[in-house]
Amino acid sequence: MQSASATTQPLPTYPPEVHAALLTYLVQLADTSLVLGHRLSEWCGHGPVLEQDLALANIALDLLGETRSLYQYAAELEGEGRTEDDLAFLRPATEYRNPLLVEQPNGDFAATIVRQFLFDNFHYHVLQQLQRYPDERLAAIAGKSVKEAAYHLKWSSEWVIRLGDGTEESRQRIEKALRTLWRYADELTTPTPAEQTIQTAGLLPDYASLLPAMQAHTAHVFAEATLPLPEGVVMQQGGKLGRHSEHLGYLLAELQYMQRTYPGMTW
Amino acid sequence: METLELTQEEQFQARIDADERIEPKDWMPEAYRKTLIRQISQHAHSELVGMLPEGNWITRAPSLKRKAILLAKVQDEAGHGLYLYSAAETLGASRDQMLADLHSGKAKYSSIFNYPTLSWADIGCVGWLVDGAAILNQVPLCRTSYGPYARAMVRVCKEESFHQRQGFEIMQTLCEGAPEQKAMAQEAFNRWWWPTLMMFGPKDAESPNTERSMQWRIKRFTNDELRQKFVDMMVPQAEFLGLTVPDKDLHWNEDKKAYDFGEVDWDEFWQVVKGNGLCNHDRLQARVQAHEDGAWVREAALAHAKKRAEKAIS
Repeated sequence: MQSASATTQPLPTYPPEVHAALLTYLVQLADTSLVLGHRLSEWCGHGPVLEQDLALANIALDLLGETRSLYQYAAELEGEGRTEDDLAFLRPATEYRNPLLVEQPNGDFAATIVRQFLFDNFHYHVLQQLQRYPDERLAAIAGKSVKEAAYHLKWSSEWVIRLGDGTEESRQRIEKALRTLWRYADELTTPTPAEQTIQTAGLLPDYASLLPAMQAHTAHVFAEATLPLPEGVVMQQGGKLGRHSEHLGYLLAELQYMQRTYPGMTW
Repeated sequence: METLELTQEEQFQARIDADERIEPKDWMPEAYRKTLIRQISQHAHSELVGMLPEGNWITRAPSLKRKAILLAKVQDEAGHGLYLYSAAETLGASRDQMLADLHSGKAKYSSIFNYPTLSWADIGCVGWLVDGAAILNQVPLCRTSYGPYARAMVRVCKEESFHQRQGFEIMQTLCEGAPEQKAMAQEAFNRWWWPTLMMFGPKDAESPNTERSMQWRIKRFTNDELRQKFVDMMVPQAEFLGLTVPDKDLHWNEDKKAYDFGEVDWDEFWQVVKGNGLCNHDRLQARVQAHEDGAWVREAALAHAKKRAEKAIS
């Protein structure tokens, strides 16, 4: 439960625009893990088989751990006395910075797997780089999370293969999920102005440098799954800039219910 | 043949009396096997169904820390379900059959999960009271006569005592908090107190399985003994929290050095056991739905594994 950022390391000093961009980016990463972890936790008690119920809860818990470390660091860097809970529970949807992909509803197990695979493939590869990048706090969080993300990617990749090369029904379902969710894939690797600023400052890898490894992994998994790669999909973007789908509002209404109903209390 | 059978029974009982563990390959009376399958699968089903009322608050937990603790707790319960199903499988029961019995209503699960979790304080009460009662029921099972069950229960009990502490801590935080939080705690306590007393089962005089289960050392204390122990343990904790126990007949009996307490509403108990509690229908429906919705996933995994195996051979 102890988070990687709960140390007494001194805060780094950056030029103001880099500081602001890093803060935005940390919140974006934390929002992303929180929202996806929330979606996965909705499966709890409803999974297709007990072992997978456990796997889904386990991934949700890993993502929640990462969320907390990131918000704690963001809150410190912000220096305005906000806490991890203030950041999670007291911001409106338009201030949430998660990409559109992770707020999409669970759908059936195939949709959950496709969403997870697209996210894990990016998450793992970016964390692998970030753990060696110069911001020490972020590198420490990435170093802890990358081990978990490696397992998540293995899990979701194996399920893409099973469902793609399983039965006729599972193949139809995963093809449908791909048609629904592929449109949200590019947002992950399209940098926002804040991401560009910290990329230029050398605090975040250039996403183009991650693409070869991500694409190679996707090609390998889809070949094993005997699935064709979706083509000609019109991409959707906006979540990372606060422009969300209609789904996020409901998710936050539930997530934030207690803190909104009983403001300022300790739990 | 009959003499030989009797000898086996007698030898079996002698091993039980000597507190030896019975292992899967050992001879055992058919009724012992059946009783254990019934009890262990019922316990496994309780873990599975128990994920629902607590899972109900994961997405609404009031802080990230509480959310993480609750998620970890519900995950532990899924894990307990797995060990227990495995323990029942060592007796020759299949998981598919056990689940089919749950879904058809033939197999039972703990009735406590047929009560709703209506506020965050319910999550405190489930940990503090429900897991507290479960621990009293389960600690003796770490010494139960059937080896795989006893070993599974050692792991389960370790985690349950952590769960109970976190439940108590939720209640303590509420009771030390704002008036709304204290009221939330008392309101939930009022709803959970009596149902948790029911978790120890019917009165000894009306418990048909107790005597034989005690003889086989599957069970080591009677329902009424455990219920008394629970009341004696919990009343001081409720007082410490500043909560009022919703029982006008509750008072300390100096002669027996234990509490006297009111009569459980046995009509309600039997109604919920028979399937007429508020959530019986929804809980079972949720499990059946998850199983049916997951059928194509399980089939796909099997079909893929088969293709893999065929590829490996060719």
